[in-house]
Amino acid sequence: MVGRIMLREMAKGQSGTIAGVKVAGELGRRIREMGMVPGTIIKIQGRAPLNDPVALRVMGGTLTLRNNEADYIEVEVE
Amino acid sequence: MAESFKIALAGNPNAGKTTLFNRLTGARQHVGNYPGVTVEKKEGIYNSATGARIKVVDLPGTYSLTAYSVEEVVARDFLIHEKPRVVINITDAANLERHLYLTCQFLELGVPVVIALNMIDVARDRGIAIEVAKLAELLNVPVVAISARSGEGVDELLQVAEQVAQTNKDWEPVYIAYGEDIDGAILEMEEQIETNSFLTDTYSSRWLALKYLENDRQVIDKGRSFAGKHGRGEVADCLEGKVEEVGKHLLATMETYPEAIVADHRYGYIKSILRQGVITHTYDADRLYTSDRIDRVVTNRIFGPIIMLAVLLGLYHFTFTYSELPVGWLEFLFGWLTTFFERVLPDGHLKSLLVSGIIGGVGGVMGFVPIIMFMFFGIAILEDSGYLARVAFMMDRIFRIFGLHGSSVMAYIISGGIAGGCAVPGVMATRTLRSPRERMATLLTAPFMNCGAKLPVLALMIGTFFSNNQAQVMFMLTLLAWVVALLVAKFLRLTVLKGEPTPFVMELPPYRLPTFRGLAIHTWEKTWQYIRKAATVILGASILIWATMTFPGLPDSQKAIFEKQRQEILATYAELAEQPLAEGRSVPVSPELTRQLAAIEGARAEQALLHSLAGRLGRSLESVSWLAGFDWRTNIALVGGFAAKEIVLSTLGTAYSLGEVDPEDGGSLSKTLAADPSWNRAKAFSLILFIMFYSPCFVTVVCIIKEAGSWKWGAFSMAFNTVFAMLLSTAVYQLCRVFGVGG
Repeated sequence: MVGRIMLREMAKGQSGTIAGVKVAGELGRRIREMGMVPGTIIKIQGRAPLNDPVALRVMGGTLTLRNNEADYIEVEVE
Repeated sequence: MAESFKIALAGNPNAGKTTLFNRLTGARQHVGNYPGVTVEKKEGIYNSATGARIKVVDLPGTYSLTAYSVEEVVARDFLIHEKPRVVINITDAANLERHLYLTCQFLELGVPVVIALNMIDVARDRGIAIEVAKLAELLNVPVVAISARSGEGVDELLQVAEQVAQTNKDWEPVYIAYGEDIDGAILEMEEQIETNSFLTDTYSSRWLALKYLENDRQVIDKGRSFAGKHGRGEVADCLEGKVEEVGKHLLATMETYPEAIVADHRYGYIKSILRQGVITHTYDADRLYTSDRIDRVVTNRIFGPIIMLAVLLGLYHFTFTYSELPVGWLEFLFGWLTTFFERVLPDGHLKSLLVSGIIGGVGGVMGFVPIIMFMFFGIAILEDSGYLARVAFMMDRIFRIFGLHGSSVMAYIISGGIAGGCAVPGVMATRTLRSPRERMATLLTAPFMNCGAKLPVLALMIGTFFSNNQAQVMFMLTLLAWVVALLVAKFLRLTVLKGEPTPFVMELPPYRLPTFRGLAIHTWEKTWQYIRKAATVILGASILIWATMTFPGLPDSQKAIFEKQRQEILATYAELAEQPLAEGRSVPVSPELTRQLAAIEGARAEQALLHSLAGRLGRSLESVSWLAGFDWRTNIALVGGFAAKEIVLSTLGTAYSLGEVDPEDGGSLSKTLAADPSWNRAKAFSLILFIMFYSPCFVTVVCIIKEAGSWKWGAFSMAFNTVFAMLLSTAVYQLCRVFGVGG
């Protein structure tokens, strides 16, 4: 699968490059200041037992965010 | 002798700031609060090798210097208003790119910075090599590689920081390019700001313009109030108008926001620096670290929840079981003091004040100390090791439904989510939550859980009225407490604590072995805070409660009646024993005599209680409380329960003229209630519900006030919980009566 998908749709272990963060305000800021900006490579590390939140590998560290927060993040995958 | 000055430690959460702070200042720390907020202010003294007395301020950990969280506002205001000579910016060498985001903002602010590349040893183990000199050259600030844990490089760091502080140079803001649209707007706005001297006393014009573009609430509000004060409304309008214009343009042309462009360019700036050969990876950058391997098991779909349950049970056990021994010592000590003063002092108000008011109060305060210490030690282990973030990660999906946060689970469990906890440490445990609204909702609902003090009361009621299936009833009540706490939390989040959920975006820090030194400092700090802040209030309140249950005392005429009865009985027995009374010889003790004297003493205590302020309150409340089935005796007991829930039993005992009732053994009270025709299952169940959910005991209320930062929340919790419990009890009692259940 090539192209842009939403972060929520990514499978465990899949990696991609962030293409856009379509949200402003507090959530947008939190997402960006943690390094999730266009051009950043991310990899899905795993999901919580109830499938939500999701854990990502970003710039050498692990971040978590809720699925409804991940819905604002577009990712370019190969 | 060098002069003394102030430096600040700043950095992301998990950068190792606290470890460095503890290493520098040791036990010479002072923990307070920033005015008006509940963020901790930590200060300490570091005596440098050159003999300088350096005041070190540990700023709250933040990812950014925007004004979204209190931590950020506090950190930023400190830098701007207190102008420390130098900021030591602690970064994680293994996560440098992300940590430099905050660094960028210090540079843009212009504050003199020294960068500490912390955990350099961890980075080395991961095959990450950093050209320190190159990084310093490119950023044009000193950079020192350190390990706060082992102490490597710390002396050098402080030497460098001291040098920077000695030069005491002016602030030199760094300009980062933000692209045509933003930079153009900044220039225009700067001009406006300069010509009108708009807030230029406090902020540099470029920084101010940038914050406007970042849609920074605090700065925009300050601009408004400055404009109002100096009649410069048009300048504020113009600046806000410009931001709106740029925002519209960006949304139309690029589907993005000014603040997004700013963040993207900051990361772009960082990347451009790091790409110039600053970082080299010897190994594969994406390989699995030990921490990830642990996570594969610990957050696994099946094993994760099982391990979490075991860990939380372990924390619970550790807090309440292991603290039993020191709690026992304290109980013994205060028990001994009570007996001692009871023996040496003459009967009267002084004795009563000392024994029931002061010793009882101090004992009550101190009794929590071991529990609080053990809990904070346990939580410190979970927090410092990184496990707590995993708990939040796994529990978030469930707790989010009720407007809470994954971390809320711990506060609930400690408060009595596993029956027998205590809301005092439970309320304090909410400190680990960084989301303000979720935290408030948790700390206001945690007292609904069945704490250890409610248990004897519930046990007595269940034992007396639901003796056939005690275990099931108790289990149901535990479940009920969870249901009510979660639903009320949801209700609060939809009403008084309304607002968007705080973003969950957070770090899962790599697992680390906590250091004993860190744990000890952490535990002591929190315990000492409790003793210092809460203890005095609690002691005062305990004396107040004693007074309402003692004053006004019985009028002399009534006292005389009881004394007369006593004398009559004594005389009767003296006659029986054919011994004159007045010869200074005591009446021979017979069980029957003791029983009769106790009966009179019981009746006297009942009358005294009825006559007291609490008693009058209880009687006047009868006009409302009958709806839930409570008579004045129950009311007085519930008033007494505000001091501590287990006191409900002893007060009920006094109200039924049974004399002292041992909370551990309510046999006589149980029999009395069972035989009393005014009691039935409906009333008992109504009372159980009321005790579970009405106002928290005052120690908890004091802690709520301290944690929430305002007495209003304490008052709210007392009023709200009591009204809620009253409605629930009334509804249940009346339904039982209508349907003839439990009659």
